[in-house]
Amino acid sequence: MTGLNSTVRTEGPALQDLSSTLRRSDHALLHSALLRWRALRRVSAGLVLSWLVIATVILWAIFPAWFTSYSGTVGVARQQLRAPSAEHWLGTDALGRDLLARLIYGAGNSLSGALVAVAVGLVVGTALGLVAGSARGKVDSVIMRGVDVLLSIPQLLLSLSIVILLGFGTVNAAIAVGITSIASFARLARSEVVRVRASDYVEAAFGSGGTFSRVLLRHVLPNSLTSVVGLAALQFGAAILAISTLGFLGYGAPPPTPEWGLLIAEGRNYIARAWWLTTAPGVVLILVVLAANRISLSFGKIRL
Amino acid sequence: MSKYMIGRIGQAAVVLWAAFTVSFVLLQALPGDAILIKFLNPELGLGPEQIADIRASYAADSPILTQYLHAVANFLSGNFGYSVQAGVPVSDVLIANLPPTVWLATLGFLLAVIVAVTLSVVSVLGPFSWLRSAMRSVPSLFVSTPVFWLGILLIQIFSFQLKLIPVINPGPWQALVLPVLTLAIPISAPLAQILMRNIDDVLTEPFIAVARAKGASRSWVLWKHVAKNAVLPTLTIAGILFGELLAGAVVTEAVFGLNGIGGVTQRAVGNQDIAVLQALVVFSAAAFVVINLVVDLLYPVFDPRLRHKGGALA
Amino acid sequence: MSSTTNHIPSLEAARIPVLEVGNLCVSYKGHGGIQKVVHNIAFDVHPGEVVAIVGESGSGKTTTAQAVIGLLAENGSVDSGFVKLNGTDISGWSQRQLDTIRGGKISLIPQDPVSSLNPVKTIGDQVGEILRIHRWGNQREIDARVLELLARVGLSQPELRAKQYPHELSGGMRQRVLIAIAVALQPALIIADEPTSALDVTVQKRILDLIDELRRENGTAVLLVTHDLGVAADRANRLIVMKDGRVQEQGPTEEILASPKSEYTRQLLADAPSLRGAQRLSRGGGVRHEEQGDAIVVENLIQDFSVRGGTQETFRAVDGVSFKVRRGSTHAIVGESGSGKTTTARSVVGFQKPTSGRIVVEGVDVTTLRGDALRQFRQTIQLVYQNPFGSLDPLQTVFQIIEEPLLNFERIPREERAQKVRRILERVGLPEAVLERKPRALSGGQRQRVAIARALILNPKVIILDEAVSALDVTVQAQILRLLDELQQALDLTYLFISHDLAVVRQIADTVSVLHNGRQVDVGTVEEVFRRPKSDYTRELIKAIPGQRGSAGSDISLSLLGASS
Repeated sequence: MTGLNSTVRTEGPALQDLSSTLRRSDHALLHSALLRWRALRRVSAGLVLSWLVIATVILWAIFPAWFTSYSGTVGVARQQLRAPSAEHWLGTDALGRDLLARLIYGAGNSLSGALVAVAVGLVVGTALGLVAGSARGKVDSVIMRGVDVLLSIPQLLLSLSIVILLGFGTVNAAIAVGITSIASFARLARSEVVRVRASDYVEAAFGSGGTFSRVLLRHVLPNSLTSVVGLAALQFGAAILAISTLGFLGYGAPPPTPEWGLLIAEGRNYIARAWWLTTAPGVVLILVVLAANRISLSFGKIRL
Repeated sequence: MSKYMIGRIGQAAVVLWAAFTVSFVLLQALPGDAILIKFLNPELGLGPEQIADIRASYAADSPILTQYLHAVANFLSGNFGYSVQAGVPVSDVLIANLPPTVWLATLGFLLAVIVAVTLSVVSVLGPFSWLRSAMRSVPSLFVSTPVFWLGILLIQIFSFQLKLIPVINPGPWQALVLPVLTLAIPISAPLAQILMRNIDDVLTEPFIAVARAKGASRSWVLWKHVAKNAVLPTLTIAGILFGELLAGAVVTEAVFGLNGIGGVTQRAVGNQDIAVLQALVVFSAAAFVVINLVVDLLYPVFDPRLRHKGGALA
Repeated sequence: MSSTTNHIPSLEAARIPVLEVGNLCVSYKGHGGIQKVVHNIAFDVHPGEVVAIVGESGSGKTTTAQAVIGLLAENGSVDSGFVKLNGTDISGWSQRQLDTIRGGKISLIPQDPVSSLNPVKTIGDQVGEILRIHRWGNQREIDARVLELLARVGLSQPELRAKQYPHELSGGMRQRVLIAIAVALQPALIIADEPTSALDVTVQKRILDLIDELRRENGTAVLLVTHDLGVAADRANRLIVMKDGRVQEQGPTEEILASPKSEYTRQLLADAPSLRGAQRLSRGGGVRHEEQGDAIVVENLIQDFSVRGGTQETFRAVDGVSFKVRRGSTHAIVGESGSGKTTTARSVVGFQKPTSGRIVVEGVDVTTLRGDALRQFRQTIQLVYQNPFGSLDPLQTVFQIIEEPLLNFERIPREERAQKVRRILERVGLPEAVLERKPRALSGGQRQRVAIARALILNPKVIILDEAVSALDVTVQAQILRLLDELQQALDLTYLFISHDLAVVRQIADTVSVLHNGRQVDVGTVEEVFRRPKSDYTRELIKAIPGQRGSAGSDISLSLLGASS
């Protein structure tokens, strides 16, 4: 979708090889460098908070027992649908299971699912984009038409189709979500490769005797990957959302697995009596996604 | 018609064909005769003639390539197969369920545009800097909010806490308020993000400084110079937005238990109703391709720079 | 509109300055704190006068101009001081109040004509806008006035131009449109912020002439902001020299040029190539290279490019260029944008295959090279780019950048490599401390030194300098030129110097080719070409070099060459 965007933009500066045009761009560059430096210096509170949220959730996923003494799957008798209290911080569900414990044990599912999804998109998409951007010509157009096809099918429908093919379940849902993100990774990686390849320093590297593969490894890859990493962080948040959506619709982890989307789906039956059952998992989801998005911003401007 | 337009339309056709093929490979080809076995289920109440008809329409006894060609021919002639679950032609299922979803999506989209434009305008022209920066952070909150959860939250607040909208037997308009809101908010987020970013970009252009130096006020500059330049690139995400709108409708309908394409999709996935799902995939891909095609072809109308050299769009 | 600014008796008007700035301090608020960029500036501009603010990047000249017209960036603020327009202090005015005088009393001619017009509005619409904003007459009157203005600034077919969009006009034409906007309401003061820096030198002259003419016609005062001392010397009655946000010196142009008081101004005058006259850096012409043979021979070079989108249509970027460069000498290729000078340079380096013609560098026919032979050839010839911000990989350290070419050829031990890098770093005058830094942490001049070090490390015989000093400030430019000259003598290098700036060429080159629309219109020694240009185009180019007002001689080419010849 940046295709049009960029053609419009490039119309701007004409082909003037004169000093001031340059001086202007120098200013712009200097300015952005300055901004980045300042951004680093102040390492905003928001970013610190975001990392804290992500770190907490990662710890939940790895060491759930550190954070709760309740079980994530087995309920306590006569403790059904308790409102949040000192004993159960976020209350309990219809089977007497502690909601906080289920959230904590669910982190593993949601995070590993998102990780798998991002890995699929990142590896396949970036590889496709890199090949398309470095090979150009026919290979490029074949790959990018394929990416267009992926883009043309709405993400939810595409992931549902893949889930049908693979069967329901956490991993399958994650792979399905990952496949839907291949297109964005491929597009970004390709445009980055094309941008970097057009830069003077890449030409200078060829000009000082670099071979194609060396220049690719030494300059094109590292410089293209920065924003791809940023996109990965952004997709991490998006994948958590998409997986929880599949979970909510009932195509992800089967009950009684404490998956976040599934928690909300289960809580839906008790909206009138137990507001906490839907509210709390939603807030946790939003916090994690917000944090991932904020972190992705710190990798520099990503333009989708 | 220019060479560029022909090329662009051809490209759209290729993408559409490829989308069809992908969905065919994903869905039709793999389970093989298994789908057909389902039609034999007596509960569907299909007579032997109908079953023979279905078998013929799928060319079930032929090799995969013939099946594929058959499927293409069927699709082109408007025959999308039979729904396993409903036992009627897929086209009937879609036509019956389309109107409520179109309503929901249209209203949701309009509200999303209103929300996005309001957020963007206030983020530029807002009287206080705290208000402007608050507006700027709203879209990132919206974009992080799961649609299904938002729907439930709204029901909780408006139906159970405030009791503004009855849960049982709401009026036809009352019934639409919460779903439209649920759909609009997440759709407005990317729209607002892109609008704000474009506005920011345009505001740093030197021609804005020139306009200010002419004595133009901030709002004059926003409406007469920024608006068109910022909205134009936003058109390019129209296709993606359509996909999000459809996905949002599916989830919203699931949350609110509404009839529509969303319900059809959910049932199709639940029952492995392959023909329905494939029709949905191909139709939404077609809509995406057509939307992008229209945007690309219309773009030069709005942007004078692209008028004389159509090739630049590719 | 403010009534105070309107009714000033004409006699008094001569004494009250149009613009009076006193004790002006401007700062920007960043996340790292508050940064003062303009300190206690004071100056005035009288009716009909041209005052030039001259300074290098970061001098605060543009900020000062922005503060005057009330258009500082959002994070900028005027901390103290006053800005009086016709005697009224406008520094405390709200944007709403300022809107009433902007365009009407003060107007702006911006730097970059290409991006200073709204791409989706017609020219007529954008010229008419300033009239509409200030409610000048009805639509028919406005339309008529627009055509009148477009004709006045020298645009042919004003009716057609009014209906066209900016991208359909050339850079020079667009700047004329912007001038038409600036003079539309006959303001008392025009701020011209680097009005011609983005334009070719011949266009620059015509645009500056136009501004002069309109200024005289309307009695408008002009505040000219420029980095080009030559332009300022030619056009201004008075100069204000700024550095690091402070005024170094101000006074009548002749006085400052003749006897600069501040150290910085003296430096600036010494370094400005256009004001140096014909002083060739260090040594005289290329006499001692006569017996050395040719390092570069280009014969009848033709380069076609296929036009994008079109099928068989081609565009001839270079059309029959031939020249020879003696070993150890400097040959310059001069031309304006689109002249084919950069294309020629890229063909010589072997980045593209010429359509026809012969290029021989150090005995090797470049046009036949491909694959590994071409790669090996890189050890003979190196290119230094125009923009030192784009030609260095932002992720590498200076050490990695300079070392990299060594890794591409026969491997030498790590220790030896590090030693070579250090030696070359010293050669280009950089301290060892920069080795571990990233390009981002270096200034423009330092980056260009790094780029030169990278070019030198393979011990090439020929170096192509593609506008290598054009992006640099005057004083830095002078340092780099001196460095290049030293290196040439020490290492017996041959330079091919691509530039749009005749003044610089005169200073560094032995021989020169002048290119115009892909054709070579003049070639020979610098002295020959400057003294007896064969083509009208070269004559025009020489005449357009700014900074000639000071040199009173009628024979321009003579005065350019100075007394040495």
